[in-house]
Amino acid sequence: MFLIHWLDSLGKYMILMGRTFSRPERVRMYLRQYRTELSQLGIDSIGIVLLISFFIGAVICVQIKLNIQSPWMPRFVTGYTTREIMLLEFSSSIMCLILSGKVGSNIASELGTMRVTQQIDALEIMGVNSASYLILPKILGLCTMIPILVTFSIGAGIIGAYATAWFGGVLQAEDLTYGLQHDFRSWFVWASIIKSIIFAYIIASVSSYFGYTVEGGSIEVGKASTNAVVRSSILILISDLFLTQLLT
Amino acid sequence: MIQLIDLHKSFEGKEVLKGIDAEFQEGITNLIIGQSGSGKTVLMRNIVGLLEPTSGEILYDGRKFRALAKKEKMILRREMGMIFQSAALFDSMTVLDNVLFPLDMFSNDTVRDRIKRARFCLDRVNLLEAQNKYPGEISGGMQKRVAIARAIALNPRYLFCDEPNSGLDPKTSLVIDALIHDITEEYKMTTIINTHDMNSVLGIGDHIIFISEGKKEWQGNKNEVITSTNEKLNDFIFASDLLRKVKDNITTHQL
Repeated sequence: MFLIHWLDSLGKYMILMGRTFSRPERVRMYLRQYRTELSQLGIDSIGIVLLISFFIGAVICVQIKLNIQSPWMPRFVTGYTTREIMLLEFSSSIMCLILSGKVGSNIASELGTMRVTQQIDALEIMGVNSASYLILPKILGLCTMIPILVTFSIGAGIIGAYATAWFGGVLQAEDLTYGLQHDFRSWFVWASIIKSIIFAYIIASVSSYFGYTVEGGSIEVGKASTNAVVRSSILILISDLFLTQLLT
Repeated sequence: MIQLIDLHKSFEGKEVLKGIDAEFQEGITNLIIGQSGSGKTVLMRNIVGLLEPTSGEILYDGRKFRALAKKEKMILRREMGMIFQSAALFDSMTVLDNVLFPLDMFSNDTVRDRIKRARFCLDRVNLLEAQNKYPGEISGGMQKRVAIARAIALNPRYLFCDEPNSGLDPKTSLVIDALIHDITEEYKMTTIINTHDMNSVLGIGDHIIFISEGKKEWQGNKNEVITSTNEKLNDFIFASDLLRKVKDNITTHQL
């Protein structure tokens, strides 16, 4: 029963994506919508990304210094480990999990409300491919903004780590700098960005699917929003496992 | 003209439309009436293509809607305007942008001409002064008028109205009815209105189809409604004592 339901949902999702990735009726309208989504999904998330990353960067640094670092380890270990955690997992995967809560619920509730208030029907009656017009700019918008958010997150995390050195005196700034630069592989930055783009696609498309296919009223919109966050989070975690194997 | 030929629609084995035949002429207001659950909304959604009929045919000026390719259907839809029960305005856009939307999407006119056309449509429904407001800032009646302006922006050949007076006071309902009626005559559109508002039936019912339990039970016009002997129709139209007395008075005077 579960398998049939899962296959049914997968089939509907594929059909929706087929409609989404079709030729736009009027490119200028899609570009206008794309600009709106860049702002709504990406720029509006910069604040939360910076805030969380700054504090997590600081906390990781403090935790490693206090609990992992010992006298027989080199002093750069704290900086090195902080960088690797931020770069390989936190800024790409965990940040995308956090964003799936913020952005995913936003997308699902917006499309769900449009569905129950017949705004999507109105688009269809006009002869507009509503799936493409509403979903494609969201997917492209989030996939464009995510690498920028990931970069900001890495930067904010490192500044957070420096804050513990400058203001907390937890470790020497020179040791942190040496650790951050030690054995740096630029591929890890690219791996992080590639992962985040795939996660962005998962967040935008899965949340759009749940919002677009809502039937009923406000309670169903709420359920769709929750389902969107839960399912996209699960998919991010599963794909993270495979992508980590594949890319690093 | 829109023709329906033996239209059937079932949901999971339950037949909601049981073979409906009808003709809707242009330039007059065609009403579909019936009790809640009689199948009139399903009928409307089938006609506009939001639902696929189980069997039967829908002809738009001779064009078989079901036989059209997806792209041809999209093109035909650009000849349609629809006013939804909830107005269905895009709430992230201003009133002017809502009316501009179909023009921006499908018209090849210049920006200036598109804005001019949108303002003309808003002026036609007496709402030019609200052009910069958002749907959430205007009343339900005004929202319906914006929906009318948006529906006529591309000069559609077919206008569909799903319970346009739902949630409106009687006076505003009359304004909406008069507006739809005038626009239909003015632009020679084929207009189909889904309603159970008796003021609309008796006011603008140029051609009325009464649906009961998924079947066409009766058809006629607003004058014939009053003198009809169809029991189901009379039970529906003259459900209140007041309307029954009015009918009795009229039929007594005619005798």
